[in-house]
Formats: sequence, structure tokens, C-alpha cells
Amino acid sequence: MSDLTATPGIGLREAAAKQPGGAQLADHALVQLTLVRLREFLREPEALFWVFVFPLILAAGLGLAFRNRPPEVLKIAAVSPQLADSLRREKLLDVQQLSPAAAEDALRTGKVALIAVPSEGGAVLYQYDNTNPEGRTARMLADGAVQRAAGRVDPVASRDRLLQEKGSRYIDFLVPGLLGMNLMGSAIWGMGFAIVDARRKKLMKRLVATPMPRHYYLLSFLLSRLMLLVIEVGMLLGFATIAFGVPLRGSFVDLIVLCVLGSLAFCSLGLLIASRAQTIEAASGLMNVTMMPMWVVSGVFFSSQRFPDVLQPFIKALPLTAVIDALRANMLQGGNLAQVAPQVGVLGAWLVVCFVLALKLFRWR
Amino acid sequence: MRPAANQTALRLEHLRKTYKDVVAVDSLDLEVRTGECFGLLGPNGAGKTTTIEICEGLTTPDSGEVEVLGLGWNRHANELRQRLGIQLQETQLAEKLTVIETIRLFRSFFGRGPEPAEVIALVQLEEKQKSRVGQLSGGQKQRLALACALVGDPDLLFLDEPTTGLDPQARRQLWELIEQFKLDGRTILLTTHYMDEAERLCDRVAIMDHGKVISLGTPRELIASIGVEHMVEFSSGGHKLDAAPLRHLDGVRDVTRENGSVRMQVTELHRAVPALLEELDRQRVPLTELRTHSATLEDVFVVLTGRHLRDE
Repeated sequence: MSDLTATPGIGLREAAAKQPGGAQLADHALVQLTLVRLREFLREPEALFWVFVFPLILAAGLGLAFRNRPPEVLKIAAVSPQLADSLRREKLLDVQQLSPAAAEDALRTGKVALIAVPSEGGAVLYQYDNTNPEGRTARMLADGAVQRAAGRVDPVASRDRLLQEKGSRYIDFLVPGLLGMNLMGSAIWGMGFAIVDARRKKLMKRLVATPMPRHYYLLSFLLSRLMLLVIEVGMLLGFATIAFGVPLRGSFVDLIVLCVLGSLAFCSLGLLIASRAQTIEAASGLMNVTMMPMWVVSGVFFSSQRFPDVLQPFIKALPLTAVIDALRANMLQGGNLAQVAPQVGVLGAWLVVCFVLALKLFRWR
Repeated sequence: MRPAANQTALRLEHLRKTYKDVVAVDSLDLEVRTGECFGLLGPNGAGKTTTIEICEGLTTPDSGEVEVLGLGWNRHANELRQRLGIQLQETQLAEKLTVIETIRLFRSFFGRGPEPAEVIALVQLEEKQKSRVGQLSGGQKQRLALACALVGDPDLLFLDEPTTGLDPQARRQLWELIEQFKLDGRTILLTTHYMDEAERLCDRVAIMDHGKVISLGTPRELIASIGVEHMVEFSSGGHKLDAAPLRHLDGVRDVTRENGSVRMQVTELHRAVPALLEELDRQRVPLTELRTHSATLEDVFVVLTGRHLRDE
């Protein structure tokens, strides 16, 4: 029990005396603060999941759900062999030859979309449900095939050119949206929770009681965020290009500039949100109020153009809209930074205004 | 480098701080000498923490003078922060960091000081240095907080309720550490609402109540100042007792009643106790409980204010 008195304690005084003055980079306060930020983040499994894994799951899930299918082949039934032959010339129809009774049964149970029945004088009777789009499509395709087989010559020659280019699919639209959403979420949550938690636990007050330069504390958040950004953006883009072949048409340097600028703008917003809140509840309320509207209107999952024209100026002024529009322009249209100048301007404005306000309002204890 | 003994490490003059309509510190004067361990003793809400946080530069007083190590917070904040060791009342250090990581972080803020490993050895956390802060016991956390206060090799150490909430064994361990720092010649200002802590650790004690110092001196002086050496407490098990005659017994200074029991301030125990037994016998009141103890700082507080230190 009294082992403390038993050891003739190494006097702190002597220990201090023999300490040489040489400080190494790793012992620099900013390096230590940044390391602490990274450690705290990496040791939080839930945060890791939401920042790194969740966006991938979301991209994979939505990418699968909305993937472009090959052109659909419609199933129809023909009651006579001749009719079946002429219908089979249409590649978009899958023709079965059935007895009249079997054909009607198949139509009723939805196994075929249409039945072609020969009637008097070489005419053809189509049986289908005209409220069913498949039935109507099948009717057009089948009738065209039957007429052409009977020798019809179309007065106007027509050709098809099919557009199924990468970059115009839903997944291509979605990935920049998810990337923007991820930049916003990780920056705002990352700043907000960590700062408010440190304030709530009086850890911030304790740090302020040391000679720590206060701007190092804020700077450490930005530095750690930028480091995590590399992993975060890299994983999502890597996954999107490898798994779905999402194109990266613009300059990669521009893309990185946009991600960094976006992330800094959101960090600044997160700092403002966290500048006064004393409890996690208050902070998370504020964060949700800030982010929720942007998730809806800023065009993460669908184009923000769907909202009425009167709202467009406001929507375009939101940081998430700006970042997503700029990312889409870069990745999908190969636009350069000059072409997304308005968006860059919006992000810069959010960055500066929020940061200045946050510094004015920030409560260190 | 270090100021010589008998100099003033800390001087407060006419210090005043109010929060809305509550006066937390009321024209307080205080002087702490270099090399001494000075205690601010008082109940919760006496203004101890406000006072110490003003000294630490964390709270600005409404009026009054603060001089720490001969310097002022207005002009020498950075230098002061380098030279002070601070332990706050309820800091929770980052739970996900290990002990050594926490110490390295705090060490990185100071221009001078011992190696992290040395500080850890000093507070006897060597075996825990790779453990997460969240896995430490209360006493270990408190020792880590102390280590964080020591990383800059401070000239003046502020400890705000260093043992509050700890079990007796952890408290004793922390006391032994603090005593070791005293031997090291460090100036310490600590606040506490435990009288035994103040008696054991402090060279001088200021008893605070309602933002004022109501008594100041060495623990011995303070106890002697109330002119009472012992306290006798007894209970008559619900029987009606006339307390008036007790006041006139030999060696008794004062008598107070306190939820069912009677408390006597006694100058001469060997005469007061037989006289008490005799008087109880005369009144035919049985004695169900009898306790005596030497007067403590707690009794000083009770005599001065009529209240206990830990009355909330």
C-alpha cells in the first residue's frame, strides 16, 4: 500500500534538469493534436462504418437496384405455326406456339403479354390487356412483324442508333452525389461531435489551460480531416470505377481540389454548428437541421432541377448543391475548374463566412 | 531559475467575481508563499473553484488584482501557462487515447519538462501506460490528470479537489504523491472540502465560506483558534433532555443540538465526560451513544459558521 513512499521517487526536478531541449517533429504540438484526432477517429468503429463503409454499401445497393437491364424481350403466344414463324422475325418478341386454350390460360396468368390468333380471310386477331404497357408494346411489335412478313414496305426508311453510353446511367449520376454527401457528413459530424464532446467533458477547458496555441487545436481538425479525405474519396471513387465503371472524365487534380474545397467548406460549417453547443443533443439537432434539407434538395439522389424555379437560386447557393454540381461537371462532363467557377465561388463563400463567424462565436469552455 | 523561498508565488487582492446575482468571490485577499502547500477549504459553492480558476487564468475577475509568480494574466499569459501545472475539477481526458499518448500530447505544449515516461513513472502508471484512459480506475485517472499537470515542470501547481470521488485507498495514494511534490519544493494551491486532506497536506489553510476567507493559518493554528480541543457527541435515545445545565459543566465551552444528538465543544475532556455522566444520571436520561474526537478543521468550520463542510 505504501509502495509510493517506499520508492524514493525520481525527483521530477532532476528529471527535468537532464532533459535536453531538442524537440522532434513528432513532439510538435500540432502533430500531436492531429495524431490524437486521427487516433480518436480510427478507434471509433461506428464512425469508421458510417464514413467509409456505409457510402460503399449505398453505392452498391443503389447501383444494383437501378442498373440498366438489357432490352426487354416480350413473351407472346401464337396459335398457328405460320403466325408464329412470321412473329419470330421480330427479335424483341419471344414467341411460343400454343393451343388456343393453353394460350388463353397463359395470357390470363400473365405468362404471355399477347396472343395472336388467325381469323377469317388471313386477318389476325390480337388478344391482350390494353391497360398493360407490355401488352400495348407487344401489339405494336407483333403487328409490325406480321405486316412486314406479309410484304409491307415502309414508305419512310428508318434506322436506329442506340445510346447506352457510360456516364449517362443512374449510377454515374449517383456517385458524385454520394461523394458530396459523404464530404458533408464526415466533415460536419467529425467536427461537431468531437468539439462538443471535448467541451462537454471539460477537456477543451483543460487544453486551454495549457500553453497550447488555440489555432493549433482547430487546425488539427482540418489536417486530420484532409488525411481521412484521401481514404474516404479514394475508396468511394475506386469502388465506383472498378465495380460500375463510373467515368472520371475531368482532370484528377481538379477533382481533388474540389473535394478539398468542399470538405473545408463543410468543416467550417461544422465548426460554426459546434461553436457554442454544450451538449451532444443540441449539436446533433443542429447538425440534422443543417444537413437534412440539403440531402433532399441538393441533388444527391435525383436532380435538384426537379424543384420549382423560384427555389433554384436558394438551392444553388447551398454548399452541398455546389459541391455535387461541380463534381458531376468534373467527373461526367470533363469540365475544368473554370467551368465550375460559380460552384467554387459558393463553396469559398461558405468557407470564409462560416469560419469567421465560428471564430467569433467559439466557446472554449 | 526558481524563485527563492519566502517569496510570494501568488497574490490576490480585493478579488471579486459575480455570476448573475450570485457573488462567487467577495473581495478576497490571499497570499501564497513560494514552496508552501496552501489549501482552500470550504463547502461546495464557497467560491473555491472560482478563485482557483481566476488564478489559472481561466476566469476573469470582475475586479481585483491577481499576481501569479510575479506576473499578470493580461500581459504574460503565455509565459504563465508555461510555468503553471493545472488540474481541473472534472476534466474527462479522451477515453480512446492511451496513457502515454495523453501525456505526450500534453508534453508537446510545453517548452520544457521531463520525458513522458518519467512523468508516468512519477505517478506510478508505468504498467498502465499502454492502456486506454477509459479503462483506468478513478484513482488512476486522477493520477493521470496529475501527471498532465506535471509535464511542464511547473513552478506552481493548482489542484482543484484532487481526491473528490475517490475511495479511501486511492485518496491516500494520491496524498502520498502530493506529499512527494512538496518535498520537491513545489508551490501548491489546492482546494478541497475534506478537512482531513487539508490537515494532512497543507502548510497553511484558508477556510472559505460564501466567497470570503473566514479564517486563515496553519491547521494547528486554526484548530487552536477556536479554543476547543475536543468534541463530544452523545445521544440520549429519544429521552427528553434538558440541555441547559450541560453548558455549565466543567470544561465545556458550548453545546449544540443536531438531529437527535447533542454536540459539546470541550476544552478539558477528562473533566467534562465525568461531569456529563453525572448530569445525565441526575436527569435520569440513559446514554445510548457517546463519541469523542480531537478538534479538526471540520470543527473549526462548524464553530465559525454553524454548518458542516459537507452540508449541501
